[in-house]
Amino acid sequence: MIELIIIFIKTAVVFGVVLAHVAYTTYAERKIIGRAQARMGPMEVGPYGLLQPIADFIKIFFKEDIVPMNAEKVLFQIAPLIVLVFTMINLTVIPFDRNFILADLNIGLLFILASASVAVYGIILAGWSSNSRYSFLGGLRSASQVLSYEIALGLSLAGVVLSAGSLNLREIVIAQHNTVFGVYAIPQIIGFIVFVISAFAETNRAPFDLPEAETELVAGYLTEYSAFRYALFFLAEYVAMYIMAFLCALCFLGGWTIPKFIIDILPFLEKVPGILWFAIKVYAFIFLYIWVRATLPRYRFDQLLNIGWKVLIPAGIVNLLIVAFIKRLGL
Amino acid sequence: MIYLIFAYFCASMIGITLMALTRKNPVHSVLWLLLLFLHIAVLYLFLNAEFLAVVQVIVYAGAILVMFLFTVFLLGAKELPKGKRYTDLPEGKALIGLSLTGVFIGAFSSITTAWKGKYTIEYIEKIGNTKALGVMLFNEYPLAVFLLGIILLIPMIAVAVIAWRAK
Amino acid sequence: MGQDALTQRYLPVLIVIIISFIIGFSMLLISRLIRPKRPYTLKLTPYECGIPSTEDTWERFNVKFYIVALVFVIFDVEIIFLYPWALVYKKIGFYALLEMYLFIFILLIGYFYAIGKKVFNWSKE
Repeated sequence: MIELIIIFIKTAVVFGVVLAHVAYTTYAERKIIGRAQARMGPMEVGPYGLLQPIADFIKIFFKEDIVPMNAEKVLFQIAPLIVLVFTMINLTVIPFDRNFILADLNIGLLFILASASVAVYGIILAGWSSNSRYSFLGGLRSASQVLSYEIALGLSLAGVVLSAGSLNLREIVIAQHNTVFGVYAIPQIIGFIVFVISAFAETNRAPFDLPEAETELVAGYLTEYSAFRYALFFLAEYVAMYIMAFLCALCFLGGWTIPKFIIDILPFLEKVPGILWFAIKVYAFIFLYIWVRATLPRYRFDQLLNIGWKVLIPAGIVNLLIVAFIKRLGL
Repeated sequence: MIYLIFAYFCASMIGITLMALTRKNPVHSVLWLLLLFLHIAVLYLFLNAEFLAVVQVIVYAGAILVMFLFTVFLLGAKELPKGKRYTDLPEGKALIGLSLTGVFIGAFSSITTAWKGKYTIEYIEKIGNTKALGVMLFNEYPLAVFLLGIILLIPMIAVAVIAWRAK
Repeated sequence: MGQDALTQRYLPVLIVIIISFIIGFSMLLISRLIRPKRPYTLKLTPYECGIPSTEDTWERFNVKFYIVALVFVIFDVEIIFLYPWALVYKKIGFYALLEMYLFIFILLIGYFYAIGKKVFNWSKE
């Protein structure tokens, strides 16, 4: 019984922290993109617009929820919940610090790939059940995009598994800490680049935000959604961004550790708590997301599929063979 | 507690299968099938087969069912065709019923307890389910892995032909 | 060990599923209580830039999406077999290693055949 209460408290802490981060990521995104375009971003609500996310959150509660008359009502209403649940479930296997993890599964990495492959259904269903052309085409597009890049994502993570010899995310970080560089991003630079690009595409973010290609498909599978159901999709998208950032920090950037050669030069850094290093790495990745969105134009759909199938998959296989060769040599 | 959860999964799997079979709209059937596959994955977890559970979700729920769904979309099938089928005839019903009974009798009459192999529970607990599977797969069944590669090559050629015809 | 360890490990997963479902559901419920509901026919028609939509939405679509799904199934199975191999790479013998290189080689034959047949040419040309 005590264990159950501890699990509940841990889950509440993780959810609270992640949801608060999601709220303020929207604020950071608007501020950073505003600055990138020589604007101020939100300034009105609270000092420097700091209360803007809270105002948005309260406002969306009072919005009318429109269910189109031709829609498949039940599926239309549960599609956002499917996406949300299968995104949030990933938080269970993420080790935030040496000893802070909700469920220490042996198959942590595959668990994340599995729930990502189920979350696709939310997108397809949202598009199909709306019974609108824009939604249907947008849903199909997003689904094909997510499917195509899942292969590249799987290949780049297979390289990590090959080096670490474990599927447990905690063991991957420890194995990584014991290597010469301390991060897999340096020896597996190809895999790292493949991972970052497919992470952007998996979460439907710029420059691969085709569902939101408003000039051609209005808002893709989200066209018919309004009010809080739209907000749930929005929430799931930002949580998915954080999951990818966590995965990047854990599998390629050393998680809560810092490379040993840095500790040798600056020994006092060892005193810094691990969760802080983890947070810095995650924030850097989230900043990259926003930076890219402010900088790059959007790809066309055929270009997107070409990158996925003709560039990233061969690159992923090459990365895997290089890592296998290095490992055989015993480096 | 664990038996209660197990009983829930077994009972709901039968219910879900019935729902999947009786839906008029093929998209709804596919979705009930998705729920069924997720339940089967949990049953694998009860057997301590973590890797198999994940494969069930990634390959069956995440890939094959998506392909089913796309097939349904491609055909534009809103409802199943209404034409006469063999299973609607009395003879067809009787034949299917009898053959299913035969399969069940055959299955239940030959239940034996499994023999003890060299892969004991203790061994698998020690090195982990996925590693045990990997060692066995690549050391003892090399031909199966080779055949798997060939089997995966054939649909690739088929896809190439479909794509070529579609042009 | 066995069953108990398993439930210990997977209990948090179950709890997270339940909690995240409750969060999503309760927020929808709260919002349902306080939001207005003033539907009329024009508001509820599907969005089509103002033109009344004709024919059925769920019509046939481009075969490209279907080909993506087909190729995805094949590659997904191949990748899932790479994981146990990657995991036990240090433990398996030299022939087992050769085995996997052969597997990847067969994969690449299929991949390049598909490229040669222009399966991956998505643009209209």
